[in-house]
Amino acid sequence: MIRAENIYKSFDDNEVLKGITTEFYPGKTNLIIGRSGAGKTVLLKLLIGLHAPTSGKVFYDDVDFFSLSKKEVRSIRMKVGMLFQASALFDSMTVEENIRFPLDMFTNMTWKEKENRVNFCLERVNLGKVNDNYPSEISGGMQKRVGIARAIVLEPKYLFCDEPNSGLDPKTSIVIDELIRDITVENNITTVINTHDMNSVMEIGDNVILLYKGEIAWRGNRDEVLHSDNEVLHDFMFASPFLQQLRDSALQK
Amino acid sequence: MFLKNFLYHMGRYTMMLGTSFSRPEKHYMYYKETMRQMNDIGIGSLIIVGLISIFIGAVTAVQFLYQLDGTLVPTYYVGYIIRDSTIIELAPTITCLVLAGKVGSNMAAEIGGMRQKEHIDAMEIMGVNTAAYLIMPKVIAALVVIPMLVAVAAFVSVIGGYLAAVPTGMMSDAEYIQGVRSFFEPFNVVMMFVKAIVFAFLLTTISCYQGYYVRGGSIELGQASTNAVVFSDIMILLADYLIAVLLTG
Repeated sequence: MIRAENIYKSFDDNEVLKGITTEFYPGKTNLIIGRSGAGKTVLLKLLIGLHAPTSGKVFYDDVDFFSLSKKEVRSIRMKVGMLFQASALFDSMTVEENIRFPLDMFTNMTWKEKENRVNFCLERVNLGKVNDNYPSEISGGMQKRVGIARAIVLEPKYLFCDEPNSGLDPKTSIVIDELIRDITVENNITTVINTHDMNSVMEIGDNVILLYKGEIAWRGNRDEVLHSDNEVLHDFMFASPFLQQLRDSALQK
Repeated sequence: MFLKNFLYHMGRYTMMLGTSFSRPEKHYMYYKETMRQMNDIGIGSLIIVGLISIFIGAVTAVQFLYQLDGTLVPTYYVGYIIRDSTIIELAPTITCLVLAGKVGSNMAAEIGGMRQKEHIDAMEIMGVNTAAYLIMPKVIAALVVIPMLVAVAAFVSVIGGYLAAVPTGMMSDAEYIQGVRSFFEPFNVVMMFVKAIVFAFLLTTISCYQGYYVRGGSIELGQASTNAVVFSDIMILLADYLIAVLLTG
């Protein structure tokens, strides 16, 4: 489990996060949602330790992350997988080399064991025969899947996904969402997803927090979204008249 | 303001170096990366270094023959002047100034591009010491390969001087060889390698620093690449002067 406790974060005079306290649970897809500029990415980067909070604490299973030494931080990070918005695959490496990179860097596995693990991860994300392709030679959706494969190759305890559906068509987005949810449940991973995709909320939102102007404006799960009377949530989720109509008709049924 | 900026960058540069030279997570991965860098810096720069060196030798020969014409200084001195000016100054300094432009800008752009595409963040999150993995192999490769390139440059310059002076009939083969073999001071070669090592360290670390801390988009990346060349060149010339004072004083 990951727990954020009273997190404040400012950049110069701009206060981006204001007293965020929340928990992210293992085996569940925990979503951080909100409009652009609400502070989602800052919160995510802060949870991983790429930003330090102005004040407040982040706990990984009761371990205060920001009180750890550099060496201890690295040992926690080896239990972390991350899927980036633009996948962040290394351009000069093939798909196989990208996925194998963490294994080469941190394990003493034999060549055969690494090969088997890479192929297992590729199969798990439903990708076959792309081992020798470079990231530029595969589609955006495939790049995301390779990103997931690389993120899970060391069997992480925590998985972070920054806008996993950005730039993808709705169908592929659902495939990626389902993949993340299945992997989360199978391996009891604490998954934190930063998104503004409404479909993701309704499909995989086990534990959702809505950020608005740096504060948590709403929290709940996908089943509570339709019935909530929170105005900020409604403005965000059902922004267009079409979506409002859809919601109304769903509620009438 | 200037002093504050200078101290800020010096502090961050020193801290980056401290982080860069720490124990590798996996020696094999660092070894592999060092070999790749040695190939990029060494083989990749051989042609340009050779081309520049041959012309340095040739131009030095032609100009000294012109200046010594009609004087009582023996013509064979041209070989001696080419050898020593190349070994002491031209081979290490010109080669490293050129490498700052070719290799330094490339390093800044490579690391800066990785920063902007979140590759460095991705490695950090995996637990990789990115400063060490991205910078140390480049510095080690440069420290090994650049002195070799400088030695090649010195040798090629002497050949360039020969080609410009002897086949054209400006001086005889025997005179040139006599000049090259006269008044040889082995310490000059030591000075050449000291310069090559110091310049190699400066150009790689300054370029890596510029790339590693780049922020923003393509304009900032271009600026970082330019800064890598400009600051490396300035520091190389300053170090050149200091080494000259220290080793010849």
